[in-house]
Amino acid sequence: MAEVILLKTRGLKRHFGGLKAVDGVDFTLRKGEIRAIIGPNGAGKSTFVSLLSGRIPPSEGTVEFDGQDVTALPAHRRVRLGIAYTFQITNIYPSMSVLENVAVAAQSRLRPSFLRKGASETEIEDAARAALAAVGLDDRLDEVAGVLAYGHQRLLEVAMGLALEPKLLILDEPTQGLSDSEIANFIEVVKRVAQSSTVLLIEHNMHVVMSLADRITVLERGRLLAEGSPAEIMNDKAVQAAYLGEPA
Amino acid sequence: MTIPNKKLFALCLVVLALLFMAQFVLSNYLVLALTRILILAIFAMGYNMLMGYTGLLSLGHAMFFAAGLYAAGLANYYGGVSLPIAFVIGILGGGVLAFVIGLLALRTQTVSFMIVTLMFAQVAYLLTLYFSNVTGGDQGLTLPTASRSFSLFGLAVDLTSPMVRFNIALTLFAVVLIGLFAVTQGPLGRLFVAVRENINRTEMLGFDTYRIRLLAFTISGAISGLAGALYGLMFGFIGSSFAEFRSSIEVLLFTLVGGPGTLLGPLVGTGVMTMLIDRLSGMTSAYLIVVGVLLIVINLWFPKGILGTIRDRWVPWLK
Repeated sequence: MAEVILLKTRGLKRHFGGLKAVDGVDFTLRKGEIRAIIGPNGAGKSTFVSLLSGRIPPSEGTVEFDGQDVTALPAHRRVRLGIAYTFQITNIYPSMSVLENVAVAAQSRLRPSFLRKGASETEIEDAARAALAAVGLDDRLDEVAGVLAYGHQRLLEVAMGLALEPKLLILDEPTQGLSDSEIANFIEVVKRVAQSSTVLLIEHNMHVVMSLADRITVLERGRLLAEGSPAEIMNDKAVQAAYLGEPA
Repeated sequence: MTIPNKKLFALCLVVLALLFMAQFVLSNYLVLALTRILILAIFAMGYNMLMGYTGLLSLGHAMFFAAGLYAAGLANYYGGVSLPIAFVIGILGGGVLAFVIGLLALRTQTVSFMIVTLMFAQVAYLLTLYFSNVTGGDQGLTLPTASRSFSLFGLAVDLTSPMVRFNIALTLFAVVLIGLFAVTQGPLGRLFVAVRENINRTEMLGFDTYRIRLLAFTISGAISGLAGALYGLMFGFIGSSFAEFRSSIEVLLFTLVGGPGTLLGPLVGTGVMTMLIDRLSGMTSAYLIVVGVLLIVINLWFPKGILGTIRDRWVPWLK
């Protein structure tokens, strides 16, 4: 079976003044996989996925998504093509209800132009309910999002991503600050999501990475250090050195 | 087609019915006061659309009110255009000016946006003075006697009658209210609120927030222009005092008092504040001091305004 490439970057760079946050990354993501990006703090992981989602423009290089060069497209256009991004720091509509939060996302997919007619309110809300059911928040539809427990807010973020029905879901440190039981639930949610979309995950928690990732990419100082199956990465000398320091 | 937020819709209809009945019980003086309140409430509803629902605080809305006032008034005064057509020209004047100013001003946010809108409005105000040989400047222009009546679809309308003026104002108030109900309570309104609550998130959910804000700004300007055109044509006078900074502040005050982001807030705020200013200015010429103190008090203790506070405490559908 031919492998279908969903996302490809060529020589992707982002410099902040003298700091080379992302420094020439060639990266390929296949359709349907769960890919984890790991690396020490400051390796450029968040900057890298921000370049993919279009939140910040690259200094150099190209991003190709689903066979199309998206380098010049603003973030909102990339979302419409199927790149959904959930923030590292919880980023919801705090004063709106849980249902309304996800309805905004569902509306983006079902009624993309805000001037022309599209799906009805009922269809939008049904889609939002379905996304909330997928993360297990369907018993809290009318609660104000800002007063939810932190773990539930993270799930709400994911539900907003799901309601977009993206081809690629980018999760930036989704389990940061979650308890063990919340993490277990989260892993189940991502496994379900991965049946219909490709997942790109930045994660520090190695338990999460090992239970989810098909392949792992390691970044260090803005460069691609290693890539391979979880087992290969665990035994990679260069990766061990990056995390534990060079052997004397 | 189903109506969202049916309770609010019903409340709007009740309010309109009560306003209609008011003309049979109130004195002539109060009917005139209520006519002014309704027109200024239309202005405040236009302002609320931008400030309350979309979260963009403009300090220059006097220019859109004045754009409607002058576009309609000058078309009638110099062009001899009939009143209904002059009125439509006034709405377009407010909308087109808002679209053009919005293209530039919406590149800024928060405090810069306030300053940029204020600057544009001051330029507009000074222009009305500079071209006083056309606009009449601060002396203003009184529309010709022939413009105190018109006929629409064979129906003769006499604008010197207080009752006629009241019912015209009420009709247009009702049209704008129901129109804004449709805009704010449906999918489009959801996007305006989403921009207000978290613009970055809305962008990352696939929406071009610049276009959403430009649309809100243009609708807001067109409604402000409508109010200005109505005011000028109904009372037969256009003058640069309407373009003053004070107008921009008053409409902000009306919206803040009534409750930003509530559909009926502007009516409540305009009613309370114009009655209060009327009473106060009868007692002291320094009534603006009281208004200023009130503005501070509201900001400190009731930032959600009258209806906003009621909504948060008791009636969640009041939005």
